Amino acid sequence: MECIWYVVAGVLGGVLGGMGMGGGTILIPLLSIFYAVSQHTAQAVNLISFLPMAVVALIIHLKNKLIDFKGILWVIIPGVLFCVLGCYLARAISGNVLRRCFGGFLALLSIFQFVTQIISKK
Amino acid sequence: MDKKVKNKSELMTNKKFRLYSVLAGCFAGIINGLFGGGGGMIVVPMLTNLLRREENRAHATAILIILPLSIVSGLFYASFGNLDLSVGVPVTIGVTVGGALGALLLSKLTSKWIGVIFSVVMAAAGIKLLLF
Repeated sequence: MECIWYVVAGVLGGVLGGMGMGGGTILIPLLSIFYAVSQHTAQAVNLISFLPMAVVALIIHLKNKLIDFKGILWVIIPGVLFCVLGCYLARAISGNVLRRCFGGFLALLSIFQFVTQIISKK
Repeated sequence: MDKKVKNKSELMTNKKFRLYSVLAGCFAGIINGLFGGGGGMIVVPMLTNLLRREENRAHATAILIILPLSIVSGLFYASFGNLDLSVGVPVTIGVTVGGALGALLLSKLTSKWIGVIFSVVMAAAGIKLLLF
């Protein structure tokens, strides 16, 4: 029965993720606040759960010709190197500290998101 | 005069483009690894503001950028013993279904109001995690 509620959490995160809005920023707090999943596990689950969705979403975006390949490796290669560093950083800190850092990150991001949305388009 | 200025700025753009791309990659990478997500939230505004991509294209392209980061991060998290499959499998099923739905909605909905609502929900979740 618990399983179904995990599916529901996934659908909520997935809809936003498929729209390119960072589903993880919803899915991770959803899992850790309402499902009492540990911060490290919520993050691991988010990373894995994104993979098949990303492939499905990419195929749809490719058909809609929305993918821009120009210079993309200049982002991806340093990105991969630094994400390894990030993983080791996450491993080095406790769940409680990681949870608070993630909360702070979300709060900052929400201000940035709110301001840019209000300013950018009328 | 106008033409000359324009040419010069285009040259700058090409060099700056790579610099911004590398910076965006580093920043998105460390965030994605540290927080197991959120890289897209870094890449999308960087693609639209710094690299001058259209909103819809930026959203779609961000998924292609974040995919390899998430594969690598996911493997590291799993190797650290953080992945719980009793949570991971049902969540993945949900995300896959929701993701297809979201991708179809992307080209239909205007992003402004979704973005505003989304930011309010994020703020609430962030404060909760930060303080309680």
